Amino acid sequence: MTGYRLPTGGRINRAAPVTFSFDGSSFAGFEGDTLASALLASGVQLFGRSFKYHRPRGLVGSGSEEPNALISVTRGPGRFTPNLRATNVDLYQGMEATSQNRWPSLKFDFGAINDRLGMFFPAGFYNKTFMWPRSFWEKLYEPAIRRMAGLGQAPTEVDPDHYAATYAHCDVLIIGAGPAGIDAALEAAATNKRIILIDEQDELGGGALSDPALWPWLDRSLKALAASPNVTVLTRTTAFGYFHDNFIGAVERLTDHLPGLPDGAREKLWRIRAAEVILAQGAIERPLVFEGNDTPGVMLASAAKVFALRYGVAVGQSVALMASHDSGWNDAFALAGAGVGIAAIIDVRDVVDEALQAKANALGIDVRLGHSVIGVRGRLGVKGITVARNDGTAASDITCDALLMAGGWTPTVHLWSHSKGSLAWRDDLGAFVPDVPNENVRCVGACAGTWNFGAGVVVDVLPTPKDPARLKAFVDFQNDVTAKDIKLAVREGFRSIEHIKRYTTNGMATDQGKTSNLNGLQIASTALNKPVTDIGLTTFRPPYTPQTFGALAGHAKGALFQPTRKTNIDSWAEEQGAVFELVAQWRRARYFPKAGEDMLAAVNRECRMVRSSVGIFDASTLGKIEVVGPDAAEFLNRMYTNPWKALEPGRCRYGLLLKEDGFITDDGVSARLAPDRFHLTTTTGGAARVLNLMEDYLQTEWPDLNVWLTSTSEHYAVIALQGPNARKVLEPLVEGIDLSAEAFPHMAIREGTICGIPTRLFRVSFTGELGYEINVPSAYGRTLWERIMAEGARYDITPYGTETMHVLRAEKGFIIVGQDTDGTVTPFDAGLDWAVGKKKADFVGKRSLARPDIVALGRKQLVGLLTDDPNMVLEEGAQIVADPNQSVPMKMIGHVTSSYWSETLGRSIAMALVEGGHSKMGQDIFVPMPGKTHVAKVSSMMFYDAEGARLNV
Amino acid sequence: MILIHCPYCDEKRAELEFAYAGEAHIARPLDPSMLSDEEWETYLFIRNNPRGRHHERWRHIHGCGRFFNAVRDTVTDKFETTYKAREPRK
Repeated sequence: MTGYRLPTGGRINRAAPVTFSFDGSSFAGFEGDTLASALLASGVQLFGRSFKYHRPRGLVGSGSEEPNALISVTRGPGRFTPNLRATNVDLYQGMEATSQNRWPSLKFDFGAINDRLGMFFPAGFYNKTFMWPRSFWEKLYEPAIRRMAGLGQAPTEVDPDHYAATYAHCDVLIIGAGPAGIDAALEAAATNKRIILIDEQDELGGGALSDPALWPWLDRSLKALAASPNVTVLTRTTAFGYFHDNFIGAVERLTDHLPGLPDGAREKLWRIRAAEVILAQGAIERPLVFEGNDTPGVMLASAAKVFALRYGVAVGQSVALMASHDSGWNDAFALAGAGVGIAAIIDVRDVVDEALQAKANALGIDVRLGHSVIGVRGRLGVKGITVARNDGTAASDITCDALLMAGGWTPTVHLWSHSKGSLAWRDDLGAFVPDVPNENVRCVGACAGTWNFGAGVVVDVLPTPKDPARLKAFVDFQNDVTAKDIKLAVREGFRSIEHIKRYTTNGMATDQGKTSNLNGLQIASTALNKPVTDIGLTTFRPPYTPQTFGALAGHAKGALFQPTRKTNIDSWAEEQGAVFELVAQWRRARYFPKAGEDMLAAVNRECRMVRSSVGIFDASTLGKIEVVGPDAAEFLNRMYTNPWKALEPGRCRYGLLLKEDGFITDDGVSARLAPDRFHLTTTTGGAARVLNLMEDYLQTEWPDLNVWLTSTSEHYAVIALQGPNARKVLEPLVEGIDLSAEAFPHMAIREGTICGIPTRLFRVSFTGELGYEINVPSAYGRTLWERIMAEGARYDITPYGTETMHVLRAEKGFIIVGQDTDGTVTPFDAGLDWAVGKKKADFVGKRSLARPDIVALGRKQLVGLLTDDPNMVLEEGAQIVADPNQSVPMKMIGHVTSSYWSETLGRSIAMALVEGGHSKMGQDIFVPMPGKTHVAKVSSMMFYDAEGARLNV
Repeated sequence: MILIHCPYCDEKRAELEFAYAGEAHIARPLDPSMLSDEEWETYLFIRNNPRGRHHERWRHIHGCGRFFNAVRDTVTDKFETTYKAREPRK
């Protein structure tokens, strides 16, 4: 025997040796090994340090249930994966793995001081101890605790891998490819149904992989499945969650088992919709609870069998078994058959099946019935055990280097519980089994509680003569919860298992209590003197095992996190070096800096040019809705606050849209093109919301109206041309439209062509200057933009961005819905009374404008602010108070909604929502900021050209 | 992800094609000006929050675009039925 590798047996490929490193030391294994089996074969028993007490820990299980052996694997920068179960990590040539939660090394861990202080760390310790003073929590307690506790390190670099995702549909989805799952798949394969069979391991077979007698059956079955064209088999695929309507999430690990840096996606997320689901997840063996049961080398009997018969590894040279269930005896016999020395079989039961005893005798194994392990010798690995009669007498030592636990079986009902199927308690199994399904799903095999592992008894804590208050008998290995913690929780008054779980953290670790839930429940049941069914089972939630964020995010990261909407003119702005900002999902040019300009300098220049000559602005992102039909005017009249029926074709109107609660939800200028046709505009961010609102009323409240709504937001590119020279730039380019002030006044629309392109030409202004908004089919946007730029060159035409647009509109007191309003602002609050049709009998939101709270005095109203210091630009969002000398906390009477440096006025301007603002004109208000309180006068929002002389030219 | 039957498309489609639109069968009063403040408040704000059957509106927003009604169990999240707008309460 080399180390602990058995001379023969297992499914490993002994012809293909693999070398790898663990904590910097070099090791060897074989193809087909897991990291766990290869390390075990090399004599490694110590795999990690525990979460809270930093106790040395080894393997407990052989698969997904493993609570202790959490390791990290690195494959270069950004490819660092912590908290992998060594039992699930397929070995590859050159693997670099490290242990976790230890400093400076696994064998000498400073944090193990916690173990010596263990008596001071009972359940609820953190909650009780670090309560006071409160201010210490953030700066002192939490960072210190976080350093000491926790599992692996979080990766710090960006993950360079990519992750695939796919949808799949099938008639039958079978989860788990052990004997029961394979039988179910073979049965379904004989039909013409589409079948998907998935398993988390690298090969199908489940428990059969550690039962050589079943290998011929397995080979035949897999050949039959491979020959069935209607069966899709996925290995290394974990069904992590079971969602509504038989929707299952699964992650397939594509490359983590391969050496080097393989091409292609690392993992693939499968979203599977199945007509029927068959769960064949099997069962997990239960540990026993006794002093020292967390010593490295104490593990599940079934795991030892897997290591011996699947991987050809002996978990020890001389192995003892502590059983409360027949299955452990058979596992011990299987180990003996593979050449592993069995030191003793200890069984807590007084009476055990004669046949098992006879077989043990025949093998010459020392058998102790009615005994329990009361202590384990060895700190970094088992050196021996002390056993005693269940009454505490006749203690004796047994020398061994591994101890197996066989505490019975727990059906794996995780996915069943995700699907909200109910569970039934079975006394004979001491476990919950699936009962009434909530989806089209059934369980087969061990996860249904049907198995032939033999009989057993359920014990909570093994009998011991030692003081139970000093016992270090672990229930939840990953979260370091002991039996005495659970008993303490009960003593302190916790009655529900949900509360006991949260107080002790039993079952709350990343393994979700796969090995601890049932033992915890039994201990609570005994302590409360109530049957288990009265205490209840905690809920299993997805994921079954931890999954990577990468797999869940898939391609939805970076630039693909969400779509970036770009206008047809966007590429021009990019070439000019524009600085962009995101507005809703649109990327918009914020300003166009020239060499050496910062934002303020660029915006000041852009503002000057619009006011003095002409500016050009990409307004394509405006929401647009085409409203068509004989009842179009009636419909708009009901939706908007203003009257629409009398609007003549060819004219525009500012529309204010409320929700039924009376608060402003959107606004925009809209035009009537014909008696039955309107071109609506909405805010950039509100386009979809407005269309939805209008569709809602049209479909469900007024289905009698003959109106069609069509989103045309992306149909048109919109170029805003603003400034005193706008008409001069436009004149040579436009055909078929008389641009003169008399023929084409402010707030009108004309149709014609521009540079040969059909256009809807609006004469509108969001700047207070003579202005046009030129709508052309999107694809012509950039072409037209460049033609206008060329034509405007002699007027020094200046492209401007959203920042300048904001300043110019604020100088005119035009609001931006969502910035100057916040969903609690009525038209009167915003000073938009003029936009509300007083004679209209009804419109959406009208009734609410008469509600008592809406007409009450003291509402926050939108006003202008002029700071006493003209150079002081207030911060948007800054709070406003009436009296700066009041005591803290001050009463806030409003906040600044918009604030800019106005180049036109040579001073700062601001807009604000202030309580009773309309009646405070000329009064001082105060804006307390760190270091200084600013004084400002309430003013009109019309800071510039209040009479509108610049518009009507 | 729930499957929802659109009564207009007559298809069961994934939840992400749909948008929730609040409680069903709350008609806008024909003449809101005739309502007292309390009545208007009830129309605007007061909604049922049953444990069990809930009548609610959904919109097949990424499909046919139609609003329709549904009965969903708020405990199990299962849809009992869906039906076209203007059909009587089920």
